[in-house]
Amino acid sequence: MIPAGYFFILSVVLFALGIIAFFLKRDLITQFMAIEIMLNAANLAFLALARSSNFLDAQVIVFFIITVAAAEAAIGLAIVLLIFRKKKTIKTEALNSMKG
Amino acid sequence: MAILLFFLFAALAVGSVFGMIVSRNQAYSALFLVLAFACLGGLYGLLGAPFMAVVQIIIYAGAIMVLFIFVIMMINLGEGISPEKKKWTIAAGVFMGLILLAEIVFAIKGAPAVPMIGREVAGTSPIEIGRLLFTKYLYPFEITSILIIAALVGAVVLVKKRDGE
Repeated sequence: MIPAGYFFILSVVLFALGIIAFFLKRDLITQFMAIEIMLNAANLAFLALARSSNFLDAQVIVFFIITVAAAEAAIGLAIVLLIFRKKKTIKTEALNSMKG
Repeated sequence: MAILLFFLFAALAVGSVFGMIVSRNQAYSALFLVLAFACLGGLYGLLGAPFMAVVQIIIYAGAIMVLFIFVIMMINLGEGISPEKKKWTIAAGVFMGLILLAEIVFAIKGAPAVPMIGREVAGTSPIEIGRLLFTKYLYPFEITSILIIAALVGAVVLVKKRDGE
């Protein structure tokens, strides 16, 4: 039997790696992937809690999270495509039109 | 056996996220991410959630990542994005990420003790999840369908080429 703590540690490590990836990457698509990693880390923590406390509702919540992530990916990638059409680049440092 | 599988999946997931960070080509990043999501699906299976494992593989590793790869193909940056030239920004990013990691670990330690798994809980069947989904969570479930339709219509409207362009 695997202790739930192992899953929490893995979830925290994945979340931190997602944050680091978001900081280090400089194009919109890979930063978007980093957000997906963070969502998955949260899902893992939810499922570990569902297992350790035998609380089935957490699995339903994870199901909703995955559904919302799918919708969010569709919208987010559409926005990335739109930015690429307008600016011909998706590098984040090129998107500085709001800089004072 | 289960613990071996856990370490295998955990190492593969963390390793492929590292690979995603290190690789410069966006398509390789996306494929690394598919591997990471598949490993997470295996971990969900170990947690006694076979339905969530399958959903993870089909929706995340399948549908969402295919969407990513399609957009990467459409954008087609060629040589990829060159790495950050200023070294200190990399160091600052990693440093802040590690601080966040330490903070979360600290917060979890301070939290009231979570009941760690002591007893064997039988894996949950999709039947029970379906029952919950259509009884207790019926309204959220129906609202999700509206959300998905809104997202699809929004994506189509956003990407559609206007007449003037």
